[in-house]
Amino acid sequence: PPPPPPRLRWRSSFEMVADAVYGDAKISRQDIMKWNGWGYSDSRFLFNKKGQGEFTGKRYRLSGMILPSLKDWFEATFGTSLQHKTPATPTLNVSAVPPPNLVEPFVEELKVAGVAASHDPEGRVFRSHGHCLHEIFALREGRIGRVPDLVVWPNCHNDVVKIVELACKYNVCLMPYGGGTSVSSALECPLEETRSVVSLDTSQMNRILWIDEKNLTVHVEAGIIGQDLERQLNESGYCTGHEPDSMEFSSLGGWVATRASGMKKNIYGNIEDLVVHIKMVTPRGVIEKSCQGPRMSTGPDIHHFIMGSEGTLGVVTEVTMKIRPLPEYQKYGSIVFPNFQQGVSCLREVARQRCAPASIRLMDNEQFQFGHALKPQVSSIFTSFLDGLKKFYITKFKGFEPHHLCVATLLFEGDREKVLQHEKQVYDIAAKFGGLAAGEDNGQRGYMLTFVIAYLRDLGMDYYVIGESFETSVPWDRVLDLCRNVKERIVRECKERGVQFPPFSTCRVTQTYDAGACVYFYFAFNYRGLADPLHVYERVEHEAREEILANGGSLSHHHGVGKLRKEWMREAVSTVGLGMLQSVKEYVDPNNIFGNRNLL
Amino acid sequence: MQEFSMTKPSFVDILEERRRGSDISHALRAFSPPPGCGAPPPSPSALNKMVLESQHLRYVVLEVRGHSEGGEAAALLDEMSQNLQVTFIRLLGFALSKIFTRLFRRIQVNEDGLARLQQATQEHPVILMPNHRSYVDFLVLSYIMFTYDLSIPVIAAGIPLMGMSLIGEIFRRSGAFFIRRAIGSDKLYWAVLSEYVRTIVRTGFAPVEFYVEGLRSRTLKSLTPKMGMMHMVLEPFLKGEVYDLSLVPVSISYDRVLEESLLAHELLGVPKPRETTRGLLKARRVLEQDYGSMHVYFGNPVSVRELAKGRIGRGQYNLVPRDLPGRPSEESQAFASAAAHRVVRLQERGTVLSPWSLTALLVLQRPDGTRWDLLARDTLWLRGIALQLGARLDWPADLPDLEVMSSSMALHRSVVRCEEGCVWLVEEAGPEPVTQEEGVFRRASAVLMCASYRNQALHVFTRPAMVAVAMGTVPGHSQEDIYRHFCFLRDLFANEFVFVPGCGPQDFEEGCSGLQQCGAVSATDHELKPTEEERDTIVFLSAILEPFIETYQVTGDNCTLLYFSLRNCLSFFPSHFREIFPNSTRYTLPGGYLPPTPTCCKLQCPNIYFRQSHCRIHPGSCSPTPLCGPQVATSSPI
Repeated sequence: PPPPPPRLRWRSSFEMVADAVYGDAKISRQDIMKWNGWGYSDSRFLFNKKGQGEFTGKRYRLSGMILPSLKDWFEATFGTSLQHKTPATPTLNVSAVPPPNLVEPFVEELKVAGVAASHDPEGRVFRSHGHCLHEIFALREGRIGRVPDLVVWPNCHNDVVKIVELACKYNVCLMPYGGGTSVSSALECPLEETRSVVSLDTSQMNRILWIDEKNLTVHVEAGIIGQDLERQLNESGYCTGHEPDSMEFSSLGGWVATRASGMKKNIYGNIEDLVVHIKMVTPRGVIEKSCQGPRMSTGPDIHHFIMGSEGTLGVVTEVTMKIRPLPEYQKYGSIVFPNFQQGVSCLREVARQRCAPASIRLMDNEQFQFGHALKPQVSSIFTSFLDGLKKFYITKFKGFEPHHLCVATLLFEGDREKVLQHEKQVYDIAAKFGGLAAGEDNGQRGYMLTFVIAYLRDLGMDYYVIGESFETSVPWDRVLDLCRNVKERIVRECKERGVQFPPFSTCRVTQTYDAGACVYFYFAFNYRGLADPLHVYERVEHEAREEILANGGSLSHHHGVGKLRKEWMREAVSTVGLGMLQSVKEYVDPNNIFGNRNLL
Repeated sequence: MQEFSMTKPSFVDILEERRRGSDISHALRAFSPPPGCGAPPPSPSALNKMVLESQHLRYVVLEVRGHSEGGEAAALLDEMSQNLQVTFIRLLGFALSKIFTRLFRRIQVNEDGLARLQQATQEHPVILMPNHRSYVDFLVLSYIMFTYDLSIPVIAAGIPLMGMSLIGEIFRRSGAFFIRRAIGSDKLYWAVLSEYVRTIVRTGFAPVEFYVEGLRSRTLKSLTPKMGMMHMVLEPFLKGEVYDLSLVPVSISYDRVLEESLLAHELLGVPKPRETTRGLLKARRVLEQDYGSMHVYFGNPVSVRELAKGRIGRGQYNLVPRDLPGRPSEESQAFASAAAHRVVRLQERGTVLSPWSLTALLVLQRPDGTRWDLLARDTLWLRGIALQLGARLDWPADLPDLEVMSSSMALHRSVVRCEEGCVWLVEEAGPEPVTQEEGVFRRASAVLMCASYRNQALHVFTRPAMVAVAMGTVPGHSQEDIYRHFCFLRDLFANEFVFVPGCGPQDFEEGCSGLQQCGAVSATDHELKPTEEERDTIVFLSAILEPFIETYQVTGDNCTLLYFSLRNCLSFFPSHFREIFPNSTRYTLPGGYLPPTPTCCKLQCPNIYFRQSHCRIHPGSCSPTPLCGPQVATSSPI
């Protein structure tokens, strides 16, 4: 008999070369990650002496490569010059960190209970922020705001129970900290908080407790980081299939607390579809269901009080999740459309026929060009000749307007036969909307962009460019209008607020649903000449969100509300809805021990 | 956003080049307007297909007819839709060059406005909103746009134009689409029309042109806007289908209106002749007269998005499909109404006045004749006031003032005549002997024409005049009291003059600062006092409003009577009653004077109530009329 097909190791689009070291090691992540930027310290974009773009390190496929078109794209898009630099403060000035406000008996009792804790300033600063632009911008300038007074590292569920008990006893404010990838100001310490603030870092609770192969579930401690979970499951031939863009750094508990969404949700579902059981420690005690039944009718699902609670009710400690056998075959793909409108129509049709691949995303023209700027140096004349030929075919022979065309990237998964069949079905639909298959390579590069974009923001910030991404979900019939209006609003608001050069304002449709889609915006601009760039940035983002809401978009698809979007919560869920959530908070946490003040 | 630039626009005569160059080569010139904001223009049939396939229309067809057959809708659309073809624009360009050069001395166009318009067409869908004073308005914008290489607009036209054999088809191919009058509750027709308009706005391939006043103003005074088309063009913005819309107010004014006597007769109850090709050919003789200049002022584009800021939530469509047919919400109605009124206001302010408008105002106050030198002196005095109040005058600086006035008046020899140093209103010639009724009739048409030209300038004076009247009716000088009376007048005249709803304080402010400009009042913190030196101005301004106030008073006082015995009491009313009366009865409805019965609806139709034996021209007396204050006016129920 032929040997069984080889099982794939977890193979994300950015393809790790070397495994991260911190998974098992009980060291804090801060040693290998930037304190004032995104990701690993050794991986960053820079312009070398020749002015060529380069990505350092050895972790990613793009690492060590020269990106010859990056400089031109960067300068043309933002109107910047490499002469004008805005370098970040190289090291953290420890003396700028406010001294900790400690409740001594609380610290003493923690010690007795055997829970690791520290008030080392670097660790506190590291856990004082997420990755909103204003947070990183301040750190780069060496500005330190309110930071937690203490960091504690529980090892297991019972440690958390003890910590919460003690916090209640001494009226200490607890802020759960998972992967630190929040982009909603959720990790910022509330300025009005006068109590001692304790950051509860879940990173040491990172074990897979058991795998149930009969029911295809896994029981995991909630502090585990996405890539570690996936890698360890892969070793047993399974995966969860949950791949949010931040999965290199974000934690399971964080996914649950923010209602995360994964790239491959079309096959595996979003976090709410994936969890079977959740255990959370609250000031009132532990909340969990009594069984692992796949669905139940027992009143409103209590999981839905937990998912999206953003750390305001308690700490998620353990989660049972669905798993799937690793797919036999994976294939990337891409389709070029003559314009964005055709692309959206195609995605809508794919959704109507419910035949979406594991992932299907549609980039607009600006983002397509952005992707091109990240093309590594081609090794042979032959490849560059081929590229030229492709371009000629699409623009000249097929008559696509280079400034209108856009690209959909696809990822298929499953057994080989079915993938190929599926692929054909999708390409046939695309053809009806003028779409042309544009190869696996373009598709793969598209997904890579997702993982490196956050690194690119740091590069921009070295040269007067600031930016951010934000997302929404919207009914199908409004996708086009919303995309156009929001992009235009950004451009106009920037102009009105004195931004000298037109901003980079671009979007992509990243998820398809039966009744609508998820849309992701990137927005960045050159802030030279502005007195208060952060303020301008925040106003424009605010106006963009207003535009989204006016066009029938949601407040958030998966980033969450945090403190950044709190002002719209009442409008988003109605006064009664908000009251319901408030009364839950009041019952579960009357003394506001989980006082990060997100959401409500 | 600056809605109205006070800088003096630079007008250019587009006929000058036509007189020098060949009309053929003008018509055949390379015409390549810069692409608009939207996709390339769809063919008329593709456009119609988009409309017929729209979800909105399908909903309505199913709702109204109970099946999904679209045949009926397709027929309506065929009747309605435009069929814009560049060839016909060229043909039209040729014909209009011929006609316009004969009719007018000049067609003055502000090029800065056209430059702004061009800019606007490249950013967002543009709605051209001209005022409507004459049949000539129709297509003149298309002609200008063709001359300046801008996209030809799609124009909303009344269906009678379509009925004109040949001409109707030419109009259609020049971009006109035809709307039935009195659509009433024909849901299907509304649906087809609104979807058609929305589709054009959404695709943004050509500017949409429509008359927000709904019809030609027979009195040359701005009409309160009609809302049907306004809702249709605004909807794509409110539903987020376009990022923004530019409303471009266009003010067209004539030294002399072609159909001036036709209009006067219509006001006197002679039915409007039907629009027919034969009629048009018969009217050839109008080509032989001199109509002076025509001014077309393209105003600053008004961004609907800016207008909407803080005034209307676009989220109202978030919970229902946007294609679902439904009445606009109260909020959108109020918004559309405010926007429409604002545009009409901007049209007024952009209007270029001829010296004759000012003279007419004075002539009307001295209907029994006056000395030319006095009239000239007063016209110059009035010019000073008008300029201080921000009027735009076409007063050539390089000619002596007397010559300007006399040549401007000479253009209107059908209305006034200057003999032996005296100025007289002209009586129509006719077979003798005349009955008393005929005599009045003959004279009335000159009065009404005169009044119409005065009306062109009325908007300049309305607000200061209302403040002046209010000041005369308040015992002290308290600004607050004056404001209260001002507001009463504003409500009273809501159908008479155009006031942007909700802008009472701004209107008052405008009136006060106008009076201050003229030096007629001095304002302290809480008081507004007339100055001694310029008492004449106050008196004069009050007198402008007097005929209106009087008519409203008569209407108010006699409503009960009117209700029962229309014919008898009408015979006592002065002639200006004829133009104001319909509005004044309309006011009485919300005021509670008259129940909305069929009788009073008929009142608004001029030919019903014209049966008079006696007509008194209102003497231009200058004493301020005592006015019934708010308390009195609202407390006289039927």
